[in-house]
This record gives sequence, C-alpha cells and structure tokens, in this order.
Amino acid sequence: MPDQVLFAMEVTLNGLMAGVLYSLVALGFVLIFKASGIFNYAQGVMALFAAATLVGIMDGQVPFSHLINAIFGTDLHHFGWHVPALLAIVLTVGVMIVLAWLVQKLVMRHLVNQEPIILFMATIGLAYFLEGLSDLMWGSSIKTLDVGLPQGINDTIDRVTFDAFGYGFFIDNLDIVAAIIAALLVIALMAFNQYTKEGRALRAVADDHQAALSVGISLNFIWVLVWSLAGFVALVAGMMWGAKSGVQFSLSLIALKALPVLMLGGFTSIPGAIVGGLIIGVGEKLFEFLIGPMVGGATENWFAYVLALLFLVFRPQGLFGEKIIERV
Amino acid sequence: MSQPLTQARSDAAPLAGMDDPLLDVSNIEVIYNHVILVLKGVSLKVPKGGITALLGGNGAGKTTTLKAISALLHSERGEVTKGRVSYRGETVHNSDPADLVRKGVIQVMEGRHCFEHLTVEENLLTGFYTRKASKAEMNADLEKVYSYFPRLKERRKSQAGYTSGGEQQMCAIGRAMMAKPETILLDEPSMGLAPQLVEEIFGIVKELNEREGVTFLLAEQNTNVALRFAHYGYILESGRVVMDGPAAELRENPDVKEFYLGMSDEGRKSFRDVRSYRRRKRWLS
Ligand SMILES: Nc1ncnc2c1ncn2[C@@H]1O[C@H](COP(=O)(O)OP(=O)(O)O)[C@@H](O)[C@H]1O
Ligand SMILES: [Mg+2]
Repeated sequence: MPDQVLFAMEVTLNGLMAGVLYSLVALGFVLIFKASGIFNYAQGVMALFAAATLVGIMDGQVPFSHLINAIFGTDLHHFGWHVPALLAIVLTVGVMIVLAWLVQKLVMRHLVNQEPIILFMATIGLAYFLEGLSDLMWGSSIKTLDVGLPQGINDTIDRVTFDAFGYGFFIDNLDIVAAIIAALLVIALMAFNQYTKEGRALRAVADDHQAALSVGISLNFIWVLVWSLAGFVALVAGMMWGAKSGVQFSLSLIALKALPVLMLGGFTSIPGAIVGGLIIGVGEKLFEFLIGPMVGGATENWFAYVLALLFLVFRPQGLFGEKIIERV
Repeated sequence: MSQPLTQARSDAAPLAGMDDPLLDVSNIEVIYNHVILVLKGVSLKVPKGGITALLGGNGAGKTTTLKAISALLHSERGEVTKGRVSYRGETVHNSDPADLVRKGVIQVMEGRHCFEHLTVEENLLTGFYTRKASKAEMNADLEKVYSYFPRLKERRKSQAGYTSGGEQQMCAIGRAMMAKPETILLDEPSMGLAPQLVEEIFGIVKELNEREGVTFLLAEQNTNVALRFAHYGYILESGRVVMDGPAAELRENPDVKEFYLGMSDEGRKSFRDVRSYRRRKRWLS
C-alpha cells in the first residue's frame, strides 16, 4: 500500500479515538438539554471539578484545606492516606450525585417555567461557582491524574501493522482505553434510555413536561437524575483528558469542542452526539493531514468551528436533530 | 354553591353518593401569576362511580378547575388561594401531582398531550410509572387497555406523534388507565374530533365507567354529547358555577337548551343574554 494511504489510515484511527472523547463531552450536554431544555454551560467545568475531586480524593487531600488553615491557623494538607483509584472513582460519583441534587434543589427548582435564556444564565453562574469551588476545595495547581490507565504507544498494533503493511501505526494506549470506555458508557446510556422505566420517564419528560407530571413522573427526580448522569459523563471525560494532559483549568475548555459536535449532531440526539464527535475527530485530523500543509498547518484549531458554521447555515437542526412532528 | 335545580331522582344510582362524594371541591378561588383571578368560588361534588360533566364555553375555567384538583396548577404558576379540594376527605390541593396519581386521581389533559417521540405502547407504559406492581400485572393491564382500544394495539409500535387525533385521544385515556385510577379527570376529549369518533370515545368512557367502575369528571364544551353520557352536570361561566343538576334534567331545561344546546328558535343567544339569564336566575334562587 502506498505510504500516503497508510498515513491517512493512521490519522483516521487517531481521529476516531479523539472523536469518541468529543462525543462523550457532547453527550453530557445532550442529556440535560433533552430532558430540561437547559443548555448547560457548566458541563466543561463539571468535568474539571470531577477530575480535581478524583485526584484530591486519591491523594488524600484535605478539602478546603486553605480555607481551614486560614481560619483556624492549622496546617492541614493531607490526611496521610491514599485511596485506591476504583474506590476514589466511586466516591467521586457520589460527590457528583450530591452536586446534581444541590443544583436541582438550590437553583433549577426555583427556575421552573422560566425562559431558556434565564436557565442558560443560571448555568453560566454555576460554571463560575464550580470553578471557584474546585479551586477552594482542591487548590488551583496543575495536578497529575494517574488512575492506572495504560500509557504510551501500543506495541501490538505497532507490530501487527508493521508486519502487514511494512509500516507500524502509532496509537496511544490511553486513547484506546478511553475509546473503549467511552463506547461502553455510550452503549450503557442508550440502553438505559431505551429500556428502563426511568429512561422512558426521562424521554417522556423531554417530550412533554406537563404530560409527564400528569402521569405522576416527578420532574425533580428526573432532573436530579439527568444532572447526575451528566456529572458521571463529566467525570469520565475529565478522567480521560486529565490522564492525558493533567488536571488544570484548560480541561474545562473541552466543552468548547463539544459545541461544534452538537451543531453537527443536533442538540437532542444521543446518536447525533456520537456520530458528530467521530466526524469532528476524524475530520480535523484528516484535514490537518491532507490540507494542513497547504495552508500552513494548525487547522485543528478552527476546522471544527468552520464545519459547525457550515452546518448552521445549511442544516441547522444538525444531522440527527429530532424532527419536530407537526400533525394534529 | 348554587342550588340544584331539582332534587336528584332516585333512579339515577350514582347520584346517591352526593352526600358523601369521592371528590369535593368547595368554594375554590384560583389565581394565575399572583394577579389573574380565574376561578371565583367554584364548588362541585363528584360521587363515586358516576360520570360528572363540567360544562361551559371557552375560557369558562373548566381546565383550571381540573388542574386545581390534579395539582397541575403549580407548574403553570396558578394557585388555589381560597377554598378546599378534598378527595376521600383528605385535603389535596397542595400536594403534588404524583401523590394524587398514587391516590387514584389522574388527569387526561386537554389536547391529549401524548409523548410524541415515544411509541404508543411506551406512552401507555408511562402511565404505569407510579405503580409498584409486577411485570406480569403490567402486561395484563396493557392487554386490558388494548381490549378497550383495539386500534391502539395495531399502532403500538408507531410513534404517537404520527397517529391520528382520535388515536392520540385513545392513547391518552389508555395511558391514564395504566395508572389504575379510581377517578379520571378528562378534559375536552371531543376537541377537534369528527362526530363519529366523539361517539366512539364517549362510548368507551361509558364502558370504563360501568365495567371498570372508574369515576369520571369530564370537562366539555360539547354540551350535547356530554349530557347524554353524564349522570350529573355543572355549568361554569367566567369562573363560577351558574347551574347544576342531573344530566337528564339539564338536557330538558329550557335555558340550557337555549344557551348551550342551541335549540332555541332564535338560535344561539349572545353572552349578554346569558348574563341577563344569570341575573334572572339569581333572583329566582
Ligand atoms: N396559565 C395561565 N395563566 C394565566 N391565565 C390563564 C392560564 N390558563 C388559563 N388562563 C385563563 O383562565 C381562564 C380560564 O381558562 P381555562 O380554565 O383554560 O378555561 P376552559 O378550559 O373552560 O376553556 C381564561 O380566561 C384563560 O385565559
Ligand atoms: Mg379548557
């Protein structure tokens, strides 16, 4: 096979891996948007908060240690223990559920029936609040997250492809694991949505709040549920990105990458979020590889947004945006 | 509360429960958005096992009354500011809708409100949400709903949004049935349906009432049909009950004939006349 084709294949694979992560972040948005019509600006910060909490718990950090030390003149920093990754993940999930409950109880519950723009503003406030809370609880330094995911080049793929094509593909182990976990999570979420009683209730709420209320579905419960799910998705996304490039403020910017994914896939479609993520992931890598050299490179910074813009102009509901059923 | 025009006749069995009603709405006032006064003291009683009709033109306050009972007002920023709604003697107007569904009161909303993107069968299953029963029981109830609405069985896999208006109305009633309710608050089932379908749906309501013992409170603008199927009726105008009585008598009442059944020689009268009628009635009672 010619080298160019092989390179392109490798680039495509890498793009798919990155794309799965984009899908995951976008999924967090879709979950909340579908069920409550809220565009959750805080989704990226939730990923940051989740990752910071995970690191903090694993390292046995004392939460709010700066605050405590400043008030009581103590010198606390660490509990002096380390929590195993799996347990820490479970605890972090617990924290995200408590957070979801608090968001619903303290903020969203009081904004029922408000305009979408007001709900959106509330999530902007939430984003800044969470960002501050994350710093206050765990400090603002850059943290490394090591939950024991494999790192480095996958030798097997390298060897197999080398034997087959005379050219070894460089695929990062972390990307492979991230892709598999994200794929499993997506499948689990879709199955939950489609086949469980709560999933059905969730879709019912997404279709018609009033009717859902009338059959006895509690909106409060459903909203805590979607915020918890979104929190869980944020944790997984934060974990993958955090393992890759450290837990720091820039992690919250992954949410920006989710926007073009949503414009492609539609804000209300779970399959849309997945396919959209993959298209953007592969698209930006291939574009950089094929066209990049002609325009001086660095196309990855803008490719996704330009693609999203084209979609906004020509197909605003996205690839999979739910058709509005108009029939009486 | 306004006085019944006449005493309930002894042969109308479900009316016997009027002294000890299942649902008792007593002199309620409802305000939307803290300022819009919509119900100005509505009282009505729904006896167990009966079909009670709540009649009146557009904007009379029928939907508001039903929502005050089912606790769906809160989500529309409406509030019961005076009076009391009690179900089996328990005050319910401040509970939440899910509680009422568990107590056996469920509303079928005006305009059907099926979940468009869910299939017909999934719609029906959402009605089962509050129940703690087994899967076998769920399937048995599903079959029962299908036995009343065979058309829904044919369309069970279709997205509800793509079914016809009549099918959606059936779907909405079937969905409510899945909650195994004691009382269904049915809001304008005839809206936008062809007369033949209206007959079919009222026929099924009657069957559900007689065979399953479901109590109905039925809001309708279609006075003619509603009074043929109901046992007792209340007429609502601008947030007040202006008349009530056994359905058979309301049907024969000259004023009802004139103002609601359109059977006067001069045709339907204007709202002005209705007002003068009300004044007349107040003098009489
Ligand atoms: N959510 C609401 N906010 C403010 N006013 C309302 C609301 N819903 C209904 N109304 C008003 O209350 C009155 C009664 O409405 P409704 O109960 O829907 O009457 P009906 O069902 O008999 O047609 C109408 O004048 C209507 O404009
Ligand atoms: Mg109405």
